[in-house]
Amino acid sequence: MGLIIDKNTCVLCGGCVASCPNGALEITDEIILDEEKCILCGACADSCPVGAISIEKEKKEAQEAGGGIWIAVQQSEGKPLPVALELLGKGRELADTLGCRLTAICPGKSSSFARELIEAGADAVLFLLSDRIGDTDDNAYAHALVPLIRERRPEIVLFGATILGRSAAPAIAAKLGTGLTADCTALSIEPDSRLLAQTRPALGGNLMATIVCPDSRPQMATVRPGIFPCPEPDPARTGTVETILPEGLPKGLITILSQENKSDASGIADADILLVAGRGIGSSKNLKKVFRLAELMKAEVGVSRPLIDMGWAEYPHQVGQTGATVAPKLLISLGVSGAIQHLAGIGGAQTVVAVNTDADAPIMRHADYVVKMDCVEFVEQLTELLQAK
Amino acid sequence: MKIIVCVKQVPSSNEVRLDPVRKTIIRDSSEAVINPFDVTAAEAAVQIREKLGGTVTALSMGIPASERLLRDEIARGADNAVLLTDRAFAGADTLATSYTLSKAIEDLGGADLILCGKMATDGDTAQIGPELASWLNLPCVTDVSALLEVTEKQIICRRNTDAGAETVNVSLPAVLTIVKNLTTPRLPSIEGIRRSLKADLKILDAKGLGADPARIGLDGSPTQVIRTFPQQEKGEAVPFEKSEAASEVKKLWEEL
Repeated sequence: MGLIIDKNTCVLCGGCVASCPNGALEITDEIILDEEKCILCGACADSCPVGAISIEKEKKEAQEAGGGIWIAVQQSEGKPLPVALELLGKGRELADTLGCRLTAICPGKSSSFARELIEAGADAVLFLLSDRIGDTDDNAYAHALVPLIRERRPEIVLFGATILGRSAAPAIAAKLGTGLTADCTALSIEPDSRLLAQTRPALGGNLMATIVCPDSRPQMATVRPGIFPCPEPDPARTGTVETILPEGLPKGLITILSQENKSDASGIADADILLVAGRGIGSSKNLKKVFRLAELMKAEVGVSRPLIDMGWAEYPHQVGQTGATVAPKLLISLGVSGAIQHLAGIGGAQTVVAVNTDADAPIMRHADYVVKMDCVEFVEQLTELLQAK
Repeated sequence: MKIIVCVKQVPSSNEVRLDPVRKTIIRDSSEAVINPFDVTAAEAAVQIREKLGGTVTALSMGIPASERLLRDEIARGADNAVLLTDRAFAGADTLATSYTLSKAIEDLGGADLILCGKMATDGDTAQIGPELASWLNLPCVTDVSALLEVTEKQIICRRNTDAGAETVNVSLPAVLTIVKNLTTPRLPSIEGIRRSLKADLKILDAKGLGADPARIGLDGSPTQVIRTFPQQEKGEAVPFEKSEAASEVKKLWEEL
């Protein structure tokens, strides 16, 4: 159990020493582990070129679960969020691989959109209908789902990695005592074990990690919106529809006093077109030009962290690890150098155009199209071009 | 008001770089910091105490060296700190970590308010707050961006939602997770640093917590990383000439 180092296989290359975040490994004439510093994170095992390091864990029997795959649908004003349809498309593929049923489970106030979910791939739609489950009410959402998961034992439950999903899913996972992988960007079925392989960016997007949940059930993940395509509706599909009125929802510990819809700034996370300005924009006056261009392009504006620090833009505009994670179809990066923390936030963008005077800036290696020029000049030219039409 | 704020040691992320040959992460172990979201949460806790009185306890699970960072939280205004450290805690995923923290909070006799950073910059999971609330059977408000009114019995706060934002009233005790722009953390004061050097940290191991050995560390963690690999860099980028860049980008935009 724990970290096992095969000293006969080890070639003393030192890769593990460099990989350890806590400085727990040292090489003298052999490899030495300081157990007090080791947190069993596994970085050394990954870094070892000869497979001399492994983390051993006691094997347990997998819990029984025959309830197929569930997609937890989130509602917004009586309609399912797009990420639910994306997940049904992906879920269909996984269910076909496993040969199981795909159920869309919908806690909320509305039960009027079953057809849409079936056409997207669901075999069954299950509404948990209650006026007490508001669109943003993560606590009620979690409370409604837990008893049903206990009763019907799905093998896999997937949530959108929205604010609600990333709050309700962990609440549910802890109640069930099962594992949960956050903010996945790829899902597949492992061929041998038939486990759900959940891949997500780790360490600020520098590294991808594939995670499984071998013996606890259900296997649960939140999945980043905008990663999987929305399936073409198939009107020929059929499915069952069931409505349950959940009982015993807790009341009163959290009361919503008022709600407001998104301001412009908070829209950057689901913008289709995003302009992102970095230090290269030069001044807050130039940043206004970016906002003007965004208006012409029906785009949103994000910025890198230095611009927030300089007070040129408000925090909701910040793109990156400590700001918003974005997934636009088109991202135009203007004078951003592309620190790892920034790149962590833009990994979901489909097409990236990077404009920078420095051809060697890291952002240029993460772009589909690069322009080596002053970004302010570029903004002015594009603005002029769009105004001309 | 008795406030517990959960803090985590993370690698100072600008030290993270990729070994170009092995494609593995190289980390400089000398630079550990407190997760910036947690520093904001701790500041929020100290501000509440300054208004209402009470205590702020910084709680962390980590290696013994995390003591330095907990002392730093005391220097920034926390009254005391508790470090959960044991070889048996190693390898914990969010479920095992949140369980361990919940046992510590029970051991401390509970709290009126538990604050967590919204997420940590190394794991990015944002799962500890809601999982912790689940273990403790407490209401949880995530993504809190402003504390509007705090009393001994309840908090009125603003939180981000998928639709935008909402203002909620939550009865205490409760768990809140804090976004980074809620407030600006203060720097340690001279007096605080002096106090932090003398402070007695409470150090607890698995036995001391009375934790179920099957629920902590590697054994208590249902998830398992099976492989890691570097994120694929995009292929060779297409360069646009300066003179035609604007019109080419206009084309890309029109094709959407």
